[in-house]
Amino acid sequence: MQLTRETVQHVAMLCRLALTAEEEQQMLHQLSSILEHVNRLAEVDTSAVSPTASVLDLYNVERPDAAEPSLPVDAVLANAPDRSGNLFRVRAILDEE
Amino acid sequence: MATPLPTLTECRQMLDTGKTSSLELTTQALECIAELDSTIGAFLTIIRDQALAAARAADARLVAGERTPVLGIPMALKDVLITKGITTTAGSKMLMNYVPPFNSTVAERLERAGAVLLGKLNCDEFAMGSSNENSAFKPVHNPWDHTRVPGGSSGGSAAAVAAGEAVFTLGSDTGGSIRQPASFCGVVGMKPTYGRVSRFGLIAFASSLDQVGPLTRTCADAARVMSVIAGGDPRDSTSSSREVPDYVGALKSTHLDGIRVGIPKEFFVSGMEPGVQAAIQDALCELERLGATLHDVSLPYAPYALPAYYIIAPAEASANLARFDGVKYGYRAAEGDAMWDVYAATRGQGFGSEVKRRIMLGTYALSAGYYDAYYLQAQKVRTLIRKDYEDALQTVDVLAAPTAPTTAFRLGEKSGDPVAMYFSDVCTIPLNLAGLPGLVVPCALVDHLPVGLQLMGRAWGEAELLRIGHALEQSSGAIGLPGRQIQRG
Repeated sequence: MQLTRETVQHVAMLCRLALTAEEEQQMLHQLSSILEHVNRLAEVDTSAVSPTASVLDLYNVERPDAAEPSLPVDAVLANAPDRSGNLFRVRAILDEE
Repeated sequence: MATPLPTLTECRQMLDTGKTSSLELTTQALECIAELDSTIGAFLTIIRDQALAAARAADARLVAGERTPVLGIPMALKDVLITKGITTTAGSKMLMNYVPPFNSTVAERLERAGAVLLGKLNCDEFAMGSSNENSAFKPVHNPWDHTRVPGGSSGGSAAAVAAGEAVFTLGSDTGGSIRQPASFCGVVGMKPTYGRVSRFGLIAFASSLDQVGPLTRTCADAARVMSVIAGGDPRDSTSSSREVPDYVGALKSTHLDGIRVGIPKEFFVSGMEPGVQAAIQDALCELERLGATLHDVSLPYAPYALPAYYIIAPAEASANLARFDGVKYGYRAAEGDAMWDVYAATRGQGFGSEVKRRIMLGTYALSAGYYDAYYLQAQKVRTLIRKDYEDALQTVDVLAAPTAPTTAFRLGEKSGDPVAMYFSDVCTIPLNLAGLPGLVVPCALVDHLPVGLQLMGRAWGEAELLRIGHALEQSSGAIGLPGRQIQRG
């Protein structure tokens, strides 16, 4: 399974990573060599094996639906790159049309 | 020349009998850091004034007769652990100015018990790496040989203890990130059972694998730290509320009669340095001399742990790191008119190359058409690896193996080749996939570089590992600190 430049670009779009042309080229090369190693997994017969969901015997963890104090709004917004009053400010999400 | 800090056990004794004060120890720590850290690079943030204030407060508690395992002890935390009001970067440009409004549970527990926080420790970006060279800020130099890496990703945590700059530190271990640097730097490192220590406030890398644990000079020190940080936490639903045993009390018996030690042949990989192999053999003989019996065991699927890990961990990382979008905290790129462009530019500029590589790999493995072949297959192989451990640990009490195939390698030696770098975690990764506890105990110097024996145990079996590690330490003696090695016959 050989990676292509188009696949690299598609995956970069899926995870919202702006890559330079040079990074794309390097990614193509390095991901291919990692996948070559990882492809050994296909050797293992897992037809009768269930996938691991958790290493713990996990049960649903429940708690009473009670209000607890939360962080002050200003403390939470203090790290925001941009804010407007009590809101996080972002660039346009929707087109105008 | 600043004197390296004593062990936690020694500090405890001196503090509890009034022979020293927390202020003296903390001052000594700050002097060590001032003298050594421009060369070592273990610290990203040093909080001198807060540390001195905390030391004075600890001294008041000591004078009032209060005792805890860590009261008054100067220590430091890996910079993936959130500390309220103290910059927490995860070694990334993405978070270089992030000042958290809350505390991780481990930071809170240590603070409450009176430990003195000196600062935050360098690490590979978002804990992704095996050499600490992926820190966005600076590399860490191994205190035993400054041309070599300290291991990773908790490289700063291991180097700070080895250099005597902190009495103990905390790290995180997703595929070996506590144990491999412990081995490279000649310190004790424990990865607890998945669920033993709360991960609330640990910046997530791969949530089904991550655990927080201590790096210390001795196993007794690790037992003391564990007794403070272990235990359930309502804020981490994967943490276990199972009772925390008396880790320090468990060390009393130093004979190993009747202990069955399994030696998994798959961990003696090809490419292992002969010196490392010999050092591990010697340590195994020492366990036998102490009364343990050695048994050859096999974990046939262990060789598939590395490829399974490099699907599972990046897949989880790609989801966990989706939160870094430049909206609520962290770096935001200046360019881009629409939100999606800002996201992509922010992430492209804010993340370093290894983090981007893993996000890409994980996204690919989870994407339509590849999910079954990669992610699902890896999780099935994980089931087989867990079963291997389960079977082996029914016939023996613990497993003993090398921690890494080599001693500390040179800075730059592997940074251009991701697959070669990943291979340095080949002996530590299987345990994370199984969720079991592991302890690394320094056992020898090979060409002046430390080698650590890795002990692996049953779920919740930390006390047993610490006891065996402690017995080994007592009989073979500590390897000492860099430049102050103890001559061993």
